[in-house]
Amino acid sequence: MTKQATAQKSNVAEISAGKPKRIEEHIIEVVSDSGEGAQKCGQTFGTVSGKMGNGVWTVEIIPAEIQPPARSKEGASGVRIRLGSKYVTNMGDQADLVIAFNEQVLYNRIVNGAFRKGTVVLLESKWAEDPQPAIREQYAAALADFNERGLIIHELPLEKECLKIVKNARQGKNMFVLGMLCRIYSRDTQRALDEIAKVFARKGEKVIKPNHELFKAGYQYAAENLDYHYEVIPEREGLQKPTVVTNGNTAVGLGILASGMDMLAMYPITPATSVSHYVSEVFHHTGGFMHQAEDEIAAVAYAVGSSFAGRTAVTVTSGPGMALKTEILGLAVMCEVPLVVVNVQRGGPATGQPTKIEQGDLLSAIYSMPGDAPKIVMAPATISECFHFVITARKLAEAFRTPVIILTDANLATAVQPYDRPEPQAEWLSAPIDQSEWDKNIPPYDWDDETGLSPRPIPGQPGGEYVLTGLAHTKRSKVAYDSMSNQIGCNMRSRKMSAFAATLQRPEIYGDKEGDILVLSWGSTMGAVREAVDRMRADGHKISNVHLRFLHPFEKDLKEIFSKFKKVMTVELNYSDDPDMPLITDATRRYAQLANILRHHTLLDIDCWSIVQAAPLQPGVICEAVLGRLKKLN
Amino acid sequence: MFGLKADWSLDVQDRYFTLEDYEGAQPRWCTGCGDHGVLTAVQKVCREAQLAPEKIVNVSGIGCSSRLPHYMKTYGFHGLHGRALPFASGIKARRPDLDVWVSTGDGDCFSIGGCHWIHGIRYNVDMVVLVFDNAIYGLTKNQTSPTSPQELKTSTHPTGSFLPAMNPLTITLGITNVSFVAQVVDWNPLLVYETIKMAHAHRGTSFVRIIQRCPVFVEDVHKEMVNDPSQILLLKHENGIPTNEAVERIYPNQIEHDPTDWSAAMNIARDESRVPCGLLYHDPNAPVYDDWSNVGMGMSDEEKIAGVNKALDSFSI
Repeated sequence: MTKQATAQKSNVAEISAGKPKRIEEHIIEVVSDSGEGAQKCGQTFGTVSGKMGNGVWTVEIIPAEIQPPARSKEGASGVRIRLGSKYVTNMGDQADLVIAFNEQVLYNRIVNGAFRKGTVVLLESKWAEDPQPAIREQYAAALADFNERGLIIHELPLEKECLKIVKNARQGKNMFVLGMLCRIYSRDTQRALDEIAKVFARKGEKVIKPNHELFKAGYQYAAENLDYHYEVIPEREGLQKPTVVTNGNTAVGLGILASGMDMLAMYPITPATSVSHYVSEVFHHTGGFMHQAEDEIAAVAYAVGSSFAGRTAVTVTSGPGMALKTEILGLAVMCEVPLVVVNVQRGGPATGQPTKIEQGDLLSAIYSMPGDAPKIVMAPATISECFHFVITARKLAEAFRTPVIILTDANLATAVQPYDRPEPQAEWLSAPIDQSEWDKNIPPYDWDDETGLSPRPIPGQPGGEYVLTGLAHTKRSKVAYDSMSNQIGCNMRSRKMSAFAATLQRPEIYGDKEGDILVLSWGSTMGAVREAVDRMRADGHKISNVHLRFLHPFEKDLKEIFSKFKKVMTVELNYSDDPDMPLITDATRRYAQLANILRHHTLLDIDCWSIVQAAPLQPGVICEAVLGRLKKLN
Repeated sequence: MFGLKADWSLDVQDRYFTLEDYEGAQPRWCTGCGDHGVLTAVQKVCREAQLAPEKIVNVSGIGCSSRLPHYMKTYGFHGLHGRALPFASGIKARRPDLDVWVSTGDGDCFSIGGCHWIHGIRYNVDMVVLVFDNAIYGLTKNQTSPTSPQELKTSTHPTGSFLPAMNPLTITLGITNVSFVAQVVDWNPLLVYETIKMAHAHRGTSFVRIIQRCPVFVEDVHKEMVNDPSQILLLKHENGIPTNEAVERIYPNQIEHDPTDWSAAMNIARDESRVPCGLLYHDPNAPVYDDWSNVGMGMSDEEKIAGVNKALDSFSI
């Protein structure tokens, strides 16, 4: 208790009684058992803050089961909100303030490195008086342990306060907590009340009213009982431009609508399925149809069928689904059928970690098919890019007559961030199906020698009749019985990739164009990596970043860019051997996936640092890793 | 073809299709293979219905049967082993104007494509599914198939296959939303033609199992049946596959069977002492998946943009 008391004292000293303390940013977590509404609380808080002009990044804390055991470490469910004066691009490091509905779920966050010494925890106190002695003991033991760990614990009677308003505190504690948070962080209460009304609009006034009351009570309670009172003043007040706030999966769904694709074929798989949930809810707005297939293979086959018949389709899946789709993706490459594939990566191999982030499918996206099967692979770095990349992918798929794989991940899938509202354009939409007469003299694969490109007859076009075949074929799509046809087909399909690569630009160099270390990244880690680079540069280190969005083929001039740095290393969320581990030598070391490809792409000794710990990267962790390599360099 | 209209003027169509208009590459099936006759029947049905070749898509998986698209002068999709049905369903999804035909085999449909077979029947997409069932893997050379008779000696079971043959009819009939199940033997061209014609006329998935000879690997499997027509049970009904006197004279065992009677169909299918030939089951009113997959087609760009804006607006802050 002494520790707690001292810690509290120092905090109280920081904050003057009436006026809120001004801070640049805070990382807040609300952690509860599954089903207690912590996510709704966090997302509402994020939306309100976004509307006020703050930088916001929210990320869900998701348990593996629908109804995990109550009060268990594994059952931790909730949300992390990073709230800043400036634009926020990632979930940040350790939390500053946590509201927890029970003490056991906090252990999940502790093992994930989410807290530091001095993290303030506002903890539901009812467990101290629980009728079950075992629970009381657990609670007391955890409290002592938390103090030992340097967390600053405040026990609050959340349940008791909520019961003054509603009969079942389980439904409503989240809004009470939202009220508390809005007081602690000086949020605009009217916006919060409006947002609550919006969240419960479908359920009507009967539900909105008690939630409003709970919110107000939470606000009042925090004002009367807590010294914590901050303001995070946005750099620019209010919204500067029309803004939307979504997670990455919804952004992919919106991108599908805006791309003009009217066919999504899928099979349920975490963490990709919410794309389809969203699309199936709104696809009628653009006249589309979502097909839930009998399995992953049928889903992609259905999509390929639709694309063959002139309606370019999209299929959305995750790692295990990609593995099953492999053969059909090979057919799409071989037969040059446009197709968009979104792979929301999760931890692998096998069932792996369905709800957790990993960037482990890069190599399999590029190489998993038998034979030579070149295709375009791209990875959005932000939630806004999740939207725009789908539109680009559909166009590339049709222009280059190829499957395009978009690699997002579980972090982008569930993270929520405000971004500029896209203005849908007619040119984003796919053209109507061409049914004009096809010149019989033009074969179905009339490959241009230089680019490998060819126009495609669509069923219904008189004169264009051909039989698509997965067998090696001639430009007339006839089964190849001679020795050269296969060589020519492979040449042409590969040439398309070179033709596409020629259209790509040099990637932006974040930081100086030369220096000690160039950190390479791809996918969802951009925000965290760049924040880490900013911090290291502020400390005088010569470190820059290049973030790659096209992984196959690569953007231009990489080798030349890399040559200006003493060391080039990737930072990734997939497995690589730690060079300091036993038996790891230059000959045996297995590199992270991007590093692996770039090493042979550039013939440079590109290093890597990567982990697979089921969580998005923290900027602090990246700094530590990169500075470790820097130390060895000097 | 040509006809007199009500006002006695001659109805001349802009395009008239002959058999040649449906003939693609020279078939490479073995001599005596039952596939040849089926191909001819398909071409005849296309001509009879005067289907525009560019509106036809022949879809197949992998195997001897699946070479059929190459021998038609229409659009074709010679896909992957077992996957013809989902490819075909996807083709039809947003293209109700296309006439979709699937050629598959006992290995392709009942084994590697088993999952798609079950679900394909349930989706009931409007297409014809011809299963060329020769009770053996031909293209990969003489391996046991799901419909190989028990104890058949094959390359994978040299001492005889272990399991009794699968009964594709009872399985297909057992799938919810089944709408058309017929069976025919390849060596009766008239029945093959009439069956395929009726299958094509049905809106929904028309499942036709064609018992088909493979003279190279399993000549003996069907020999007895060819020589002894009494092994076949001819299904007759005014709503069934039309027969004629010649056919009825060949097959002495006949039964009146109402194709809307599912229980009777199941009983006939389960009785493996005879090989039923004709229309086992027909439900023209079973829900067709196309009625969902076609919804929303033909929206203008303006409407689509308005739709995207509407979707985006719900996330505006």
